[in-house]
Amino acid sequence: MIVDINLASIKTTKLHEYAIRFFFGGLVTAAAGFIAMRYGPVIGGLFLAFPAIFPASATLIESHEKLAKQRAGYDGTKRGRIAAGIDATGTFLGALALLLFAFVLYRFLPSHNPTLTLVTASLTWLILSIFLWLLVKRRHFIRR
Amino acid sequence: MTVLLLRFLIGGVVVSLFAILADIFRPRSFAGLFGAAPSIALATIGLTIHHNGTLYAAIEARSMIAGAFAMAVYAAIVSCVLLRYKPPTLAITLALLPLWFGVSFGIWQLSLR
Repeated sequence: MIVDINLASIKTTKLHEYAIRFFFGGLVTAAAGFIAMRYGPVIGGLFLAFPAIFPASATLIESHEKLAKQRAGYDGTKRGRIAAGIDATGTFLGALALLLFAFVLYRFLPSHNPTLTLVTASLTWLILSIFLWLLVKRRHFIRR
Repeated sequence: MTVLLLRFLIGGVVVSLFAILADIFRPRSFAGLFGAAPSIALATIGLTIHHNGTLYAAIEARSMIAGAFAMAVYAAIVSCVLLRYKPPTLAITLALLPLWFGVSFGIWQLSLR
């Protein structure tokens, strides 16, 4: 199978790691709203695509991967950083799809049903990001 | 204040849900897609439309295009640096965050202002 679902990884994430993600996610969302209220929607809108929890998530990936390797008797530092780098490659592709998500909202929100526009934009993000990932995978054989 | 608190709670929940999705999918490159999911936008756009209308939300979305471009540049460089030089992840992801500000505010200065 091209993509696997590993539900067991939910258990390996500790409660404080979930709390960190919740806190930073909430903080950036509230900050984006505050900035929009204070400086207007043009500045506020920039923060809708702020990499809110990326540093925290990438660090968690590094530490989880490192720990797994250490349990197998290896150092795991290098492996952890490579895993975080590969994750960032996916984030790059997702961000390209996010450009189109934002464009769909910008273009269709004023003239179409907001709920329908939001659903269309989300599906556009999902389909484009998967398409880009498949394209890169086929070209560069990313398997990790 | 209530609106900001509501945004904090909704944002925390939505961002966490996308983070869980990123946790469960493999390979890593696929899971990484969710690092750029429109989580903050999905968490707030409904509230924005409710309070300020669709035109206001569309203006935010136009700026979000610049923010998304900045995020793509940021993630591409983080990925290159991590894969090539293997520095500590937290240090490099935080050290390169000004790049996101530079690119997004650069676009704002050039074309959105």
